[in-house]
Amino acid sequence: MAISFTLNGKAQSVDVSPDMPLLWVLRDTLNMTGTKFGCGMALCGACTVHINGEATRSCITAISSVAGKKVTTIEGLSADGSHPVQKAWMEEDVPQCGYCQSGQIMSAVALLSKKPNPTDTDIDDAMSGNICRCGTYQRIRKAIHRAASMQAGKA
Amino acid sequence: MAIAPVVNRRDFLKTGAAGGVALVIGFHLSPSAFADQAAEQEKKTPNPFDAWVRITPNNRVTLILGKSEMGQGIMTALPMILAEELCVDWKQVKVQQAPTNPKVYDLGTGGSGSVAGSWLPLRRAGAAAREMLIAAAAQKWEVTTDTCKAADGRVVHGHPQRSLSYGELVEAAAKLPIPNLNTVPLKNSDDFTVVGHDTRRFEGRDKVTGTAKFGIDSRVPGMLFAVVARCPVFGGKVASFDATKTKAVPGVRDVIQFETSGRGASTTGGVAVLADNSWAAIQGRKALEVKWDEGPAAKESSTELHKQFLANAAKPGKVLRSDGDADSALTASPKKIEAVYELPFAPHACMEPMNCTVQIRPDGAEAWVPTQAPQWAQGVIAEASKLPPEKVIVNTTLMGGGFGRRYQADFVMEAAQIAAKTAGKPVMVLWTREDDMQHGFYRPASYHKLHGALDTNGNLAAWKHFQTSTSIAAKWSQKGADDPGLGEFGTGATLPYLTPNIRLEYTLAESSVPRAWWRSVEHSSSGFVVESFVDELAAAAGQDPLAFRLKLIGSDRKIPRFGEDKATPLDTARLKGVLQLAAEKAGWGKPLPKGVGRGIATFFSFNSYTAAVAEVSVKDGAVKVHRLVYAVDCGRPINPDGVRAQVESAAIYGLSAALHDAITIKDGRVEQSNFNDYEMPRIKDTPKTEVYVMMSKEEPTGIGEPGLPVAAPAVCNAIFAATGKRLRRLPIRTGDLA
Repeated sequence: MAISFTLNGKAQSVDVSPDMPLLWVLRDTLNMTGTKFGCGMALCGACTVHINGEATRSCITAISSVAGKKVTTIEGLSADGSHPVQKAWMEEDVPQCGYCQSGQIMSAVALLSKKPNPTDTDIDDAMSGNICRCGTYQRIRKAIHRAASMQAGKA
Repeated sequence: MAIAPVVNRRDFLKTGAAGGVALVIGFHLSPSAFADQAAEQEKKTPNPFDAWVRITPNNRVTLILGKSEMGQGIMTALPMILAEELCVDWKQVKVQQAPTNPKVYDLGTGGSGSVAGSWLPLRRAGAAAREMLIAAAAQKWEVTTDTCKAADGRVVHGHPQRSLSYGELVEAAAKLPIPNLNTVPLKNSDDFTVVGHDTRRFEGRDKVTGTAKFGIDSRVPGMLFAVVARCPVFGGKVASFDATKTKAVPGVRDVIQFETSGRGASTTGGVAVLADNSWAAIQGRKALEVKWDEGPAAKESSTELHKQFLANAAKPGKVLRSDGDADSALTASPKKIEAVYELPFAPHACMEPMNCTVQIRPDGAEAWVPTQAPQWAQGVIAEASKLPPEKVIVNTTLMGGGFGRRYQADFVMEAAQIAAKTAGKPVMVLWTREDDMQHGFYRPASYHKLHGALDTNGNLAAWKHFQTSTSIAAKWSQKGADDPGLGEFGTGATLPYLTPNIRLEYTLAESSVPRAWWRSVEHSSSGFVVESFVDELAAAAGQDPLAFRLKLIGSDRKIPRFGEDKATPLDTARLKGVLQLAAEKAGWGKPLPKGVGRGIATFFSFNSYTAAVAEVSVKDGAVKVHRLVYAVDCGRPINPDGVRAQVESAAIYGLSAALHDAITIKDGRVEQSNFNDYEMPRIKDTPKTEVYVMMSKEEPTGIGEPGLPVAAPAVCNAIFAATGKRLRRLPIRTGDLA
């Protein structure tokens, strides 16, 4: 049975098993590989997307639960990297291997939508679900502050 | 920006021809970072069809990358070297991954050796191309070459100035003789505009927009997705299996058993479930009923290994180094200390789990592989497909972390074994996190007994280091279990600290647990042990840990590396340089808030010098690292910000194994499975980290790994300073500091 939802602003319909996680629908059914598989148990945050604006781990989110909702993935932030968080990430040269960064960026965007000017503690709280094996955390922190400044029109 | 892999040389040349003319410069990259350069030079036969630089008539410059990008920034650093000598605007440069062609490229990426090994060859290649372009312009203008110069992708001449773009010159330049690479003029380093300047990573935009393609993102028409049921016990095999329920899972297409593969790339064998998508394959594996023949390793455990360590340590080991008479000096010494250190198996835990996509047809094979060793990958696919290697195309993808794990070819061989049975259908073998955690090649577990003696002046009278470990060499060296074990000591075998009496002993510990190169390899253990024990000696001598180290390092001199004749010597001036810089930047000796301790460590690895100062407090038994200050000397830094990034990264990687978790064995299998029971450092655990890079003009040396060995000892020495407690067993456990 087809399941319909909004994906990056466009109507999307998929005909897959209802318990298939959104992560695999994105990656394998729709070939949108920007969202990453890291652990399959919502422990690492590599698969983070937004569902109705909330940062959500797509690896444990059954596609049936997404019906009628708005899904945003890394591909939906901007195609050219012009979103302030993406720009801040480039300016701080955050990524190393880069594999976790889609998830990191989606978590950061969700944080900034709730707290436009987060403290380091806010950042630690919001971002501790995202693992980076390259240890780019210090630059992530700096990039979030930079993005906050950009969004406030200060930079 | 797009990174289109050059599929093979034939296609590369075709593409070049289609674009007009390709300027191709050829030579061999040295096979190892520190190979004898004169001998290497003789082998370098310029070959115009082996390419590093491509310029199209419309002036597009593409530089070829002969190493794999796993986060270490090599996709930026190596093209920067070419761009510098070529005199092109870095912003206009594109980078393309090299094909597997062993005649031209040494693609193996590891040992922190890519920049060191490529520095001179890439400078020469870029310079040769530049000189050919200048010569072409000079011919066109009928002037001498010395009146022309290259800048920003153009050759310029005279007053009023005239100029031609490289694109306009390339057709003629490509036909000119290739300069002698030994004598081609290299730029004066004072004129560098690219090398030595902070440069953002080339593929950064792709990595923030989700468009970067890792191995796991490979998509080939008609492909199947597979996961493999492997025996949880190392060395075990499939006894029997029932796939009835698996085949009933929607989307599952096939179930294939394959055997262990023996040679270099050891695979476990197992049962592969192939499906239309990854999730169906995972569900199909859950439904699979397998009976395992667990084999002789089923009784192994970390507890038993620890007992073996104790038994080994109760007897003398094989003597690997004996200067003077350490035992007599220890007996005679008025002040001696003894300490035992133990480190566990450690996993690489790359964020991108292992995966490999292979298609095998009767006439050839193609693979998409996130690999540090593309040539090895090509070889094992050839072996599994029974095709000649030249019929196997390996597309090296970006890697979501490597750290040595992706120098293995097991995940490639396994995918090829399965793809050989799919009648030409491409298949991606995907490892789940649990597969990745439980079927790795781990950093060896090791146990160290140290004895040190101080004379009445507080100098080091004797140093004795006994080690027993599940060595890497026992698995990978030609001598196997007969390898003497010197490699397990790293720089601990050379020891920069002055003492007349030194003795090293080693005993191999038996284990079925696969182990191999983990970030910084033996230095990760050796750095912890040596730098912890030196700190203990300083305390026993009642001396400041920094002053004690500087005193024992002594005068400026070059110490030959023990057991490695041709290796670069350890330069004590540079070692002291990083110690002093880190100490100065950290404010060594200045007061700290109550409860905070400061610790220091230094180490020489991959021909680079590193020192770190940690500020640490302990509250309710939990360690909090507040600040890390690093000084590094890796010779001339190509991309200083890239160097800083690597050190920041190595620090966290090192602390993960020191403060967070371990791989433990029970019933012959790994007890940990995912990030719930193998904890990783997170943003909240991250100290403020400062990295000071020596702006040296020495030859560049490694930087992906050298930041790691000092992280754990600096932190543990700081814990001692804060609490008076010595931690000698990693990782630190709840209760160790209670």
